[in-house]
Amino acid sequence: MPTFVYMTKCDGCGHCVDICPSDIMHIDKTYRRAVNIEPNMCWECYACVKACPQNAIDVRGYADFAPLGHSVRVLREEEKGTISWKIKFRNGHEKNFVSPITTQPWGEKIPRLADLAEPSEEDLNSELLCYEPDALNTNVGLPVMDKSKFKQGVYY
Amino acid sequence: MGFKTVFEDCDILVVGGGMGGTGAAYEARYWGRDLKIVVAEKANIDRSGAVAQGLYAINCYMGMQWDENQPEDHVRYARNDLMGLVREDLAYDMARHVDSTVHKFEEWGLPIMRDPENGRYLREGKWQIMIHGESYKPIVAEAAKKSADKIYNRIMVTHLLMDESKPNRVGGAIGFNVRTGDLHVFKAKTVIVGAGGASHIFKPRSVGEGMGRTWYAPWSSGSAYALPILAGAKMTQMENRIVLCRFKDGYGPVGAYFLHLKTYTQNAYGDEYESKWYDHTKELVGDYIDHHPTPTCLRNHAFIEETKAGRGPIHMVTKEAFQDPHKETVGWENFLGMTVGQAVVWASQDIDPKYTNPELTTSEPYVMGSHATCSGAWASGPEDLSPDEYYWGYNRMMTVEGLFGAGDALGGTAHAFSSGSFTEGRLAAKAAVKYIREHASEKIQVSEKQIEDRRKEIYQPMENYEVGRNEIVGGTVSPSYILPIHGLQRLEKIMDEYVGGIGANYMTNEPMLLRGLHLLATLHEDLEHIGAEDLHQLQRAWELKHRAITSECVTQHTLFRKETRWPGYYYRGDHMKLDDENWHALTLSHRDPESGEWTMEKAPVYHIVD
Repeated sequence: MPTFVYMTKCDGCGHCVDICPSDIMHIDKTYRRAVNIEPNMCWECYACVKACPQNAIDVRGYADFAPLGHSVRVLREEEKGTISWKIKFRNGHEKNFVSPITTQPWGEKIPRLADLAEPSEEDLNSELLCYEPDALNTNVGLPVMDKSKFKQGVYY
Repeated sequence: MGFKTVFEDCDILVVGGGMGGTGAAYEARYWGRDLKIVVAEKANIDRSGAVAQGLYAINCYMGMQWDENQPEDHVRYARNDLMGLVREDLAYDMARHVDSTVHKFEEWGLPIMRDPENGRYLREGKWQIMIHGESYKPIVAEAAKKSADKIYNRIMVTHLLMDESKPNRVGGAIGFNVRTGDLHVFKAKTVIVGAGGASHIFKPRSVGEGMGRTWYAPWSSGSAYALPILAGAKMTQMENRIVLCRFKDGYGPVGAYFLHLKTYTQNAYGDEYESKWYDHTKELVGDYIDHHPTPTCLRNHAFIEETKAGRGPIHMVTKEAFQDPHKETVGWENFLGMTVGQAVVWASQDIDPKYTNPELTTSEPYVMGSHATCSGAWASGPEDLSPDEYYWGYNRMMTVEGLFGAGDALGGTAHAFSSGSFTEGRLAAKAAVKYIREHASEKIQVSEKQIEDRRKEIYQPMENYEVGRNEIVGGTVSPSYILPIHGLQRLEKIMDEYVGGIGANYMTNEPMLLRGLHLLATLHEDLEHIGAEDLHQLQRAWELKHRAITSECVTQHTLFRKETRWPGYYYRGDHMKLDDENWHALTLSHRDPESGEWTMEKAPVYHIVD
């Protein structure tokens, strides 16, 4: 289901060009608006649809297996922390779904590790990663195995 | 061509900002406060890699805090699913750390569902927990952005650079900006490859406009393998491609349907079919068919045989489960959170699973090291766990010094998935910091000649096009060059027909593989004459070159392993049975960077637990 862009809604801002993982949303040089230059390399990931401030991008199911007359629309609202979907079937039936996308104010709970106390040389030589063993939420430390018990060959 | 050259000197270069790469950038900052950490990403780190679209489950979580699973259990599970062959040291190591990764994701804001009865994470299955993961990737990208000194988006890394002061040591990487065309030269003491596995090396079922609807992302161009292979790193288990049983056309995932919604499969006539193939499968693989859970490839095998017998299509029975409104919501949100295309297929074909049991299919093969299979680079394990053959100083370091990997790039670690890939990135980053500390006095030397040689090679497709284009009036047919799409379709056809794709019902044999290698060799010659009209096509040209080298490696490995270890993933018609006596081993390949010659060897499998 490759994406396409509505001529009257797109203002050429380029958000879709910035975000497309497949590098297929480009600005058309004549119309100064976005266009999907390579629909057969579109994964229908909706990254561009979600990023478009004008709601100018939509999706029409892949021509080789999807009959016309359907739509799957999305509204991603970062400040509300939700994503809303509206599915319209070819026969006119509709389904609506809303899901959370985050439980925290956007980005605020992600630490800057450079601000933490510097780890010691001893820590660097241990098997522990940052925040471990505390972040495992167990009281037994990092699990270990006795490597002398490793066996070659077929068994189990 | 008037492109600038941008130089960047750093300590740790992360190539690819997906789950593995973001984990690497994050952890590297904790251990390497004074180090310069740089990420080179082909797209935009906020929506790149396999998780760009989101995920509805984290498929690897032990739950050690509730004593749900221990790392040993994960080892048993991954080993069983891959018919006995994984790197158990790497699997154990990933598993003992993965819970700490997931707990951090939740703190950062990733919505993880809770079981209302016991307050624990809501389990989809024994290993999977359910999430609302539409923004999974932007959340972890934020962690990488807060850690790295610099993130370069839109850099197609084409090659690793080698240190010229010490043999077999990496010296950085080189590539171009797909928007500006500028050449980017990264000189680095260590490189962590977090690039993607390989879609589009086998011909996909979808054709024409729909060819992008592969199960794995179309931007996963095998760079995870091509970069290390071209640098001379050893690879492992590259024959172990994966074939997915998925909802037809959209490749919507079935995990939540089987495990959480308790839907089940039947043939076109409403009959259960898997048990019918028990005796037949037992003849091929022996006791492996009696293991629980049934290895995924063997369930595929029953599906493929039932379809070949003329009783397809296979359906997922959803009509019962979807009468429960909660389950219906889960079923749909599962797609919307990670495979929107399946919702579009069902909407367009008026398939409402409440009233219609949807069709399933088996996909074209993919090569990857982060999902349920474990293709990738041969790497050192951790000091405290790994037997001598598996340990050479630094965790997750490949056989090229200073070169590390995570996610798809790392071989032997099946069933890591998103959380495990991020964890592997963390492990690789810590080891890379240690490597830098212990080699502090050594300077990396990358000569002007090495850079100039690569520069010429990188832009050659644009020159090919410019010259050849003048010979013809117009159109896409030239006697002097082929376009990236032409080369891609030839590659997919070769792999499909000779190396066990859908067109051959996943069947191959020695004569076919040898013919395939011959055709791949001529394709490589033609790729010297690939034409790129613009920078976007230059990116496609290099993605194709990465796919082609990956494919050659896959074919060499498939030729080497003279047995059918994973029926349902592929079949060696000349060796149809699993052969534990000769092949209970890991396969290793090495491509000589000078001659392009391949050598193959076996490595022992060590079992950690009974």
